[in-house]
Amino acid sequence: MNRFVLRHGTQSLFALLCLLVLVFFLARLTGDPTDLYLPMDASLEQRAAFAESHGFNDPLVVQFGRYLAGLARFDFGDSLFQGRPAIDAVLAAFPVTLKLAGITLALALSLAILIGSLAAWRPRSVFDRIASMLTIASASAPDFWVAIVAILVFAVSLGWLPTSGMGTAAHWIMPVGVLMVRPLGLLTQIVRAAMIGALASPYVKTARAKGAGKSRIIFVHGLRNAMLTVVTVAGDQAATLINGAVVVETVFGWPGIGNLMIQAIQQRDFAVLQACILVTALAIFVMNLLIDIAYSRLDPRIRNA
Amino acid sequence: MQKSTLLALLRSDRVALVAAVWLVLIAGVALVGPEIVGKAATSIDLRARNAPPFDFSRDWVHWLGSDSLGRGILARIFLAARTTLGIALASVLVSMIVGGVLGIVAGLSRGRLGKVIMRSMDVVMSFPSLLMALIVLYVLGGAPANIVVVLAITRLPVYVRTARAEVLEIRERAFISAALVMGARPFHLALHHITPLVLPTLLIIGSLDFAYVMLAESALSFLGMGVQPPSITWGLMVAEGRGYLASAWWLAFWPGLFIMLTALAANLLAGWFRIANDPTLRAAQGDASHA
Repeated sequence: MNRFVLRHGTQSLFALLCLLVLVFFLARLTGDPTDLYLPMDASLEQRAAFAESHGFNDPLVVQFGRYLAGLARFDFGDSLFQGRPAIDAVLAAFPVTLKLAGITLALALSLAILIGSLAAWRPRSVFDRIASMLTIASASAPDFWVAIVAILVFAVSLGWLPTSGMGTAAHWIMPVGVLMVRPLGLLTQIVRAAMIGALASPYVKTARAKGAGKSRIIFVHGLRNAMLTVVTVAGDQAATLINGAVVVETVFGWPGIGNLMIQAIQQRDFAVLQACILVTALAIFVMNLLIDIAYSRLDPRIRNA
Repeated sequence: MQKSTLLALLRSDRVALVAAVWLVLIAGVALVGPEIVGKAATSIDLRARNAPPFDFSRDWVHWLGSDSLGRGILARIFLAARTTLGIALASVLVSMIVGGVLGIVAGLSRGRLGKVIMRSMDVVMSFPSLLMALIVLYVLGGAPANIVVVLAITRLPVYVRTARAEVLEIRERAFISAALVMGARPFHLALHHITPLVLPTLLIIGSLDFAYVMLAESALSFLGMGVQPPSITWGLMVAEGRGYLASAWWLAFWPGLFIMLTALAANLLAGWFRIANDPTLRAAQGDASHA
């Protein structure tokens, strides 16, 4: 187990490093923050002093070295726009996104397991056909448009739910619902396919012959073996979920990491952008590690390899 | 597979047939739509300002309503179809060709080159694609060509990994050894012996990817980092209509519906195409029925 996890871990750590370098230099290509932060009539001396105090005059390589040295001391630099350490801004926004993504994935996974298993029980039954159509439709739905239609129906027309902000439980219904649409469809398809495979296997036939009940066959004999594929795909989905979170946070005005990152790009707030990306990438890295471990727990063939 | 059997198969599957008809219609709109609507999509008509949909007394371009400048939504949708579909199609083609070549190279090379290719794909995959695209597009600007390149890069790993996996399996077969013994050079081997076997798989992935890429472009344009006005795509139309939700819902609703229906049709047809091309799957699914 350890060799498998270790090899994957070092590979993703290397990818993370490449990403840091890429973002650092790409962000500097977006333009000079001085133009954005000082008034139009700022004198040349003021501009020079601003650039000097933030270190924008040094060669890029020197700036990068300073950034790395800061990272080693857990210093992520200061936000130009918010005037506080970048990491504070990121850590304030991160839990919002984490909660949103976590709740969504947990709900999507449980629903997908339920619907997918039932659909796999009798392939090509009416339930299976309806479920299949719905999953294809959900994979084709543009999430920003679903969000807008949901606002139109539930907030503007019916007035049942608030349009934006967060606070009460009612604020969570639409964002979680919208974010869930795509992973739910995909995960249901995966669960269904994996379960059809598992239910056709000899040990399930044995279980049926012994007279085991429907739910026991599905959830004990079938599901445990189908879970391997499902866990892998759910892991991939977690990273994709961040994509959706950016859109959902923008539409519903949530102070999460996606919103913060878009602001940071537009405000050329390099320190915040870098901290956002580092924290997101780290979170994905940790999650992949957890999935690898879960994977090796679930499959003895990998555990003992 | 013969063309005639493919058509016969299509006719026997009602859902796939409807999807195909819709895609042909939309492709037609993308080809000639902008010329048909002409100036109606861009010229201001103050008498039709914010006209609600389904008012059939007006010109047909206003049937789905009009925006605050009196431009018919249907005309705008026709105009945007070309950019939307063009960007998606170009992205799929670029990533399929580049990814296929890289994957075949990675599969054939036993040395460092293959490793470098695969590791760089890991880097692309290690981060949410939409965020990467946002940053890169902010640097480069939202010209359609830039969007094509960025979207193609985010989809590369799928093609590279698939092509490489196929090559690893193919290169152990007898006819490859035979070609090698007869003195085939690597380039000849890749082009004449391996590409024809890898291509069908890549085409199937490409057909499944079309809807995904179109949705990605729409999301980018919606967030304001994609196509910039006066160019227009369906995603950008939704973004522009977002501010008028309470007063003129049709501005954001219709373009989004077109995105959804087109993506749905593309996904349905891609799923059908996959099954139609695979006799074992076809048998498993009960000959002509869809997935």
